[in-house]
Amino acid sequence: MATFLGINLFGLFGQLLVGLINGSFYALLSLGLAIIFGLLKIINFAQGAMYMLGAFSAWLALSYLGINYWAALILVPLAVGFVGVLMERFLIRPIANEDHLYSLLLTFGLALMVQGFFTHVYGSSGQSYAIPEALRGGTKLPFMYLPDYRAWIILASVVVCGLTWWMIEKTKLGAYLRAGTENPQLMQAFGINVPLIVTLTFGFGVGLAGLAGVMAAPIYSVSPDMGSNLLIVVFAIVVIGGMGSIGGAILTGLGMGVIEGLTKYFYPEASNTVIFLVMVIVLLLKPAGLFGKEA
Amino acid sequence: MKINKLYLVLLLLALVAPFFLYPVFLAKLLCFALFACAFNLMLGYVGLLSFGHAAFLGTGGYVTGWLMMNSGLTPELAILLGTLTAGALGALYGKLSVKREGIYFAMVTLALSQLVFFIYLQAPFTGGEDGMQGVPRGKLFGVIDLSDNISMYYFVLAIFLFGFWLIHRTVHSPFGQVLKAIRENEPRATSLGYNVNDYKWVAFTISAALAGLAGSTKTLVFQLASLTDVHWHMSGEVVLMTLVGGVGTILGPVVGAGVIVTMQNYLSSGELGNYLHIIMGLIFVICVLAFRSGIVGELQKVWKRNFG
Repeated sequence: MATFLGINLFGLFGQLLVGLINGSFYALLSLGLAIIFGLLKIINFAQGAMYMLGAFSAWLALSYLGINYWAALILVPLAVGFVGVLMERFLIRPIANEDHLYSLLLTFGLALMVQGFFTHVYGSSGQSYAIPEALRGGTKLPFMYLPDYRAWIILASVVVCGLTWWMIEKTKLGAYLRAGTENPQLMQAFGINVPLIVTLTFGFGVGLAGLAGVMAAPIYSVSPDMGSNLLIVVFAIVVIGGMGSIGGAILTGLGMGVIEGLTKYFYPEASNTVIFLVMVIVLLLKPAGLFGKEA
Repeated sequence: MKINKLYLVLLLLALVAPFFLYPVFLAKLLCFALFACAFNLMLGYVGLLSFGHAAFLGTGGYVTGWLMMNSGLTPELAILLGTLTAGALGALYGKLSVKREGIYFAMVTLALSQLVFFIYLQAPFTGGEDGMQGVPRGKLFGVIDLSDNISMYYFVLAIFLFGFWLIHRTVHSPFGQVLKAIRENEPRATSLGYNVNDYKWVAFTISAALAGLAGSTKTLVFQLASLTDVHWHMSGEVVLMTLVGGVGTILGPVVGAGVIVTMQNYLSSGELGNYLHIIMGLIFVICVLAFRSGIVGELQKVWKRNFG
């Protein structure tokens, strides 16, 4: 067995890999939350439910319609994003001028409904989704065995996060978005359809959660509460990173995944709590979060 | 004077109620009413939405449960210690969470309560998934046997009245006025020389201690402390009770707790039990979209329009 300074490298790299995988999902979800927060100034409590909806849709599409993983990877995020568009247009917009806490409560209620519905219909035990054939192999690295599907998740989420970052920070569409964050009234005065941008942004943020759900289906069990547990961790991550920057949300997500993985190796008892403890430390030292802008 | 008469009628109803309805159910109702009142102190009077109050309910419950099973203390002392522990936890969490506002405050409190959840899940003394079962009710002051449901009910009623009175006093004290000022206009309260974060912190600590009092009492009533009380669902339920009853009204949380607890009791025994979460989610959505003042808030509006 390969050891270095008394550390079992197989175990360590194995947990690091798990940490990176979890981190990929944290990054995708907190990115979606950060995008929505940027423009609407609300937190979507249903983000976890939308992630679960993504995973369930992929499973349903495969079981009943024979739609394979690769098609689901495109179709499901679009469908979930469309649910997000409907949600924003018909439920969130009517109360946009009220205290933002109300929209938080609204999305919480929606999350309960969606989760309750899936629990009622499919029970709380998980469904399994087969890994697509092309990704069933693996690569032997010096210190570990790297299954293709896990490598794919990390690669795909880094690419998606990177593209989103690029789109928001470097393109004209992103410039509209950022301007809308700064001053929506002025944007409107320039003849830009701000409500449309808001709706599409919400849809996009929710779609990202749907995409994360499809990617998660083959490695986690597809169950109704898969999203709510994840979401609370993601909230802690959002507090740690602060929602001031898109890049910050991505980096914090991945970083926290790695920290969680390391904890699982060195002190497994604390693996569930370590991210919350990091949040406590950040609140003590830098209340606005690592990348936060406001005081 | 109108209001005082109303309180008197409600008190009389509460005193005779156990002769008509099942006392354990009524005691449960009072525990949740106190829990919701404690929560409303933060949301209704400081304007901060805590999504982690289950942590204090559960902490009070576990501490009281453990003491009753292992220490031989009388119930009132076990409840007092449970309340103080929840208050201490609240003081600690308050220090951390009042640094952030609005939506961040909700997320911080939720994350902190999840930390508590995981600690109780793993800690040896809580009994993990099974919880603490068969907690003895003991003898109040070493004299009155609480295993009798009617005595238990009157004890819970006394605790509830004390908690309700304390919240009423807090809200109508100069301290409460400052809290309302912070809710309405925080920068102005700051510019008037109030240390806003200290006020929020004290309010949070009181709120947490009273939530702990509710949890401690609830453990005695059901003779059970379990993870359900610390789960984030419970934090959501108390938000719903307050929202249904009327945020920022003194009686709203009591009414809301009554409605939700009755509904849960009724639904879980019938065919619709499977739909409980869907129905609760739906009530959330409806309340937020069309009914933001809650039952008591709406009644007050009608009262003002017609008699005010």
